[in-house]
Amino acid sequence: MMTSQTNVHAEYLNPILARRQHNPNDLLQILREAQEQHGYIHTDAIDYLSLELKLPRAKIEGVAGFYSFLYLQPRGEYRVLFSDNITDRMLGNMELLENMCAQLWVEPGKVSEDGLLSIETTSCTGLCDQGPALLVNNIAINRLTPARVSSICELIRERVPLSAWPQEFFAIEDNIRRKDILLGSDFKSGAALSALFQRGADATLQEIKTSKLRGRGGAGFSTGMKWEFCRNAAGDAHYVVCNADEGEPGTFKDRVLLNGYADMVFEGMTLCARVVGAKQGFLYLRGEYRYLLDHLQAVLQRRRQQTLLGTSILGEAGFDFDIEIHLGAGAYVCGEESALIESLEGKRGTPRNRPPFPVTNGYLDRPTVVNNVETFASASLIALNGGAWYAGIGTETSSGTKILSVSGDCERPGLYEYPFGVTVAQVLAECGARDTQAVQVSGASGVCVSADEFERRIAFEDIPTAGAFMVFGQQRDMFEVARNFVHFFAHESCGFCTPCRVGTSLLSNMMDKLANGHGSPYDFAEIEKLNGLLQSTSHCGLGHAACNPVLDTIAKFRPAYEKRLAHKDFVPAFDLDAALSQARQMTGRDDTGAHLERSHESR
Amino acid sequence: MSQDKSFTLDGKTVPYQEGQTIIQAAMAAGHYIPHLCFNPEFKPHGSCKLCTVKANGRQTASCTQQAQPGMVVESDINELNDERRVLLQMLFVEGNHFCPSCEKSGNCQLQATAYELDMMSPHFDQFFPDRPVDASHAEYLLDFNRCILCSLCVRASRDVDGKNVFALSGRGIKSHLIVNAKSGHLADTDFSGSDKAAHVCPVGVILKKRVGFSVPIGQRTFDAQPISATPHPKVKGA
Repeated sequence: MMTSQTNVHAEYLNPILARRQHNPNDLLQILREAQEQHGYIHTDAIDYLSLELKLPRAKIEGVAGFYSFLYLQPRGEYRVLFSDNITDRMLGNMELLENMCAQLWVEPGKVSEDGLLSIETTSCTGLCDQGPALLVNNIAINRLTPARVSSICELIRERVPLSAWPQEFFAIEDNIRRKDILLGSDFKSGAALSALFQRGADATLQEIKTSKLRGRGGAGFSTGMKWEFCRNAAGDAHYVVCNADEGEPGTFKDRVLLNGYADMVFEGMTLCARVVGAKQGFLYLRGEYRYLLDHLQAVLQRRRQQTLLGTSILGEAGFDFDIEIHLGAGAYVCGEESALIESLEGKRGTPRNRPPFPVTNGYLDRPTVVNNVETFASASLIALNGGAWYAGIGTETSSGTKILSVSGDCERPGLYEYPFGVTVAQVLAECGARDTQAVQVSGASGVCVSADEFERRIAFEDIPTAGAFMVFGQQRDMFEVARNFVHFFAHESCGFCTPCRVGTSLLSNMMDKLANGHGSPYDFAEIEKLNGLLQSTSHCGLGHAACNPVLDTIAKFRPAYEKRLAHKDFVPAFDLDAALSQARQMTGRDDTGAHLERSHESR
Repeated sequence: MSQDKSFTLDGKTVPYQEGQTIIQAAMAAGHYIPHLCFNPEFKPHGSCKLCTVKANGRQTASCTQQAQPGMVVESDINELNDERRVLLQMLFVEGNHFCPSCEKSGNCQLQATAYELDMMSPHFDQFFPDRPVDASHAEYLLDFNRCILCSLCVRASRDVDGKNVFALSGRGIKSHLIVNAKSGHLADTDFSGSDKAAHVCPVGVILKKRVGFSVPIGQRTFDAQPISATPHPKVKGA
């Protein structure tokens, strides 16, 4: 039965459903677009979608409940999310958040009483080279200062629509500092495809294999082998997926590649489609990069007009391929390829049991190539210049170049492209880092490199990386760096398996206990025990990696932990005085009589 | 039985059929590997990780790992049982499990597995989550405090009953079970006591009302013998 309440939602849902052809596999996209219209996902809207998509409403609620950027309750007309990577912290994001909360009379995490706004934190938004950053209604704003925060408060108070905010707030910079073969190439749209036609699909695959190109998402699997496995896998359709869910804290190269080099990326996908026999491709773009969507749609449209996409590409009968963009909605785990495929299918982003792998059982259970943005761009270069040329760059087992996203304590944060094999020391020198204590390479799940290791090399055989390169000066507390990452993993755990779901929360509680001055050697041993369990029993890489930052910093910066083990013997984490804070708030008291003596503090 | 269709489990030879996972073959042969989210009547899920074994030296969930010819599987060893005990402790502190007052005591797989593995305390600080019960249904009670997110009810309702009464929502430590009703209440779903989903909960979430203590504590399934000696009724040799 249609009530007038439902009609309100049908009005904006019908065009979305029509555009998405009532395809239940597009559920996540439909929910995201519905929220863009209504601000949150109304319970009546779920009823309507359940009816129209023939999906149980519990399934729709389950999907919406999984993604941080989807809301089942009103979150305000203006939804402000402060990026909370360690680099944002180092640039003072928490002071700015408190400042904004104070100006707008709202508590972090809560909706203002007039329903105007909410202010919260979110995982790294990929603007570490120009932070502190935030998202307003999922659109990115960079270079926050107290003045910029005050302007934003004023605009919100005056209810100025986001489209009328000053354009300079949204001026995201590329910050390319060092170009090599990829960032420096003079790529012409269609050039790689022409090379493909001259050479043929088989020979092109051979060139990719000859190039020894390895996946740029960090794992480093052979791209040629992946394409070949997929091509040889039986299935009534094959798919090509570009993983632009760049969620690893400190990584932002894909943001720049998609902004300035989208043709190279899309062309790489098209080459792959020809090799594996795919007709449909997807770009899975992280929700934090929503601001890139219009630009990317325009590039796709232009490529269709240039017959570089669509039917009979460049006049080649039977070569049909097109690319659709799917947006994520705030879930780091979707960067894991099987979780990404679940998400593409409109489901909760839970990593699948592997094997089978996506090359045989991917999107809709069909053979699927999932590659990183930088991998596809590199494939275009290889099609143009040949595999031998590419294999001659870099090192023996890590061919080509790697784009590093440099941020933190240095004079020139931004993108640096180097042939593989570059030392950490060289990157530090060129980005203007001085008196460096440590570098976190490849993000929260990566490796923490201390000063005595700066001659180590960026390469799969030494320090593999998806691209993040966060620099920490001597003044930084490496325990706090690790604690930030541990909180990140707890927030981003999908919750599927016991060790990661509970273990990451236990681990962040223990790190907080140390930070709060209640630590003892006992807690230290507990942390090490939990790390072992996470590594050996977790379902996917997120759980395995969740202990890396702690294990690395314990091994290399043990004094940062030891100074927090204030007690010789075990002390409970439970803080009697803190437990009274709610009562103090309710009674408006903060005098000494409203506090308990913290007996263990006096020991 | 051909020579190559078998593996060893803690030194004992276990035959398997093509496509069986380690735990499926082990249970069919009457062996016990601790588990919670696995139920031989359902497709393996692989989330609780209690059934983690070492297969040819590599740790893996035995419910999802396909058996291979000649595989050397280790299960009942201190190293793994120590890890399983920690996983159990995690499940205990994550929810609100008060065994002495629970209607499911003695019939609960979580409790029985904890006894089996000599779990003496929850060890970690309790999370004490706020999970209201749902007593809306005339015949059944949902006590979410005990949910371990195994999703057996989700799978049973979807795959056997064809109803989708249950689903998981939220993420990470905030993951939780929901029911298929706008009100969020079981009474407003098409749930029925004859559903498979009403009878698969390994812990005490889905409970038939008014029969909680009709069998006295002390005379229940796992009071008589440990879970390792109590084969699943649908498994051969039970």
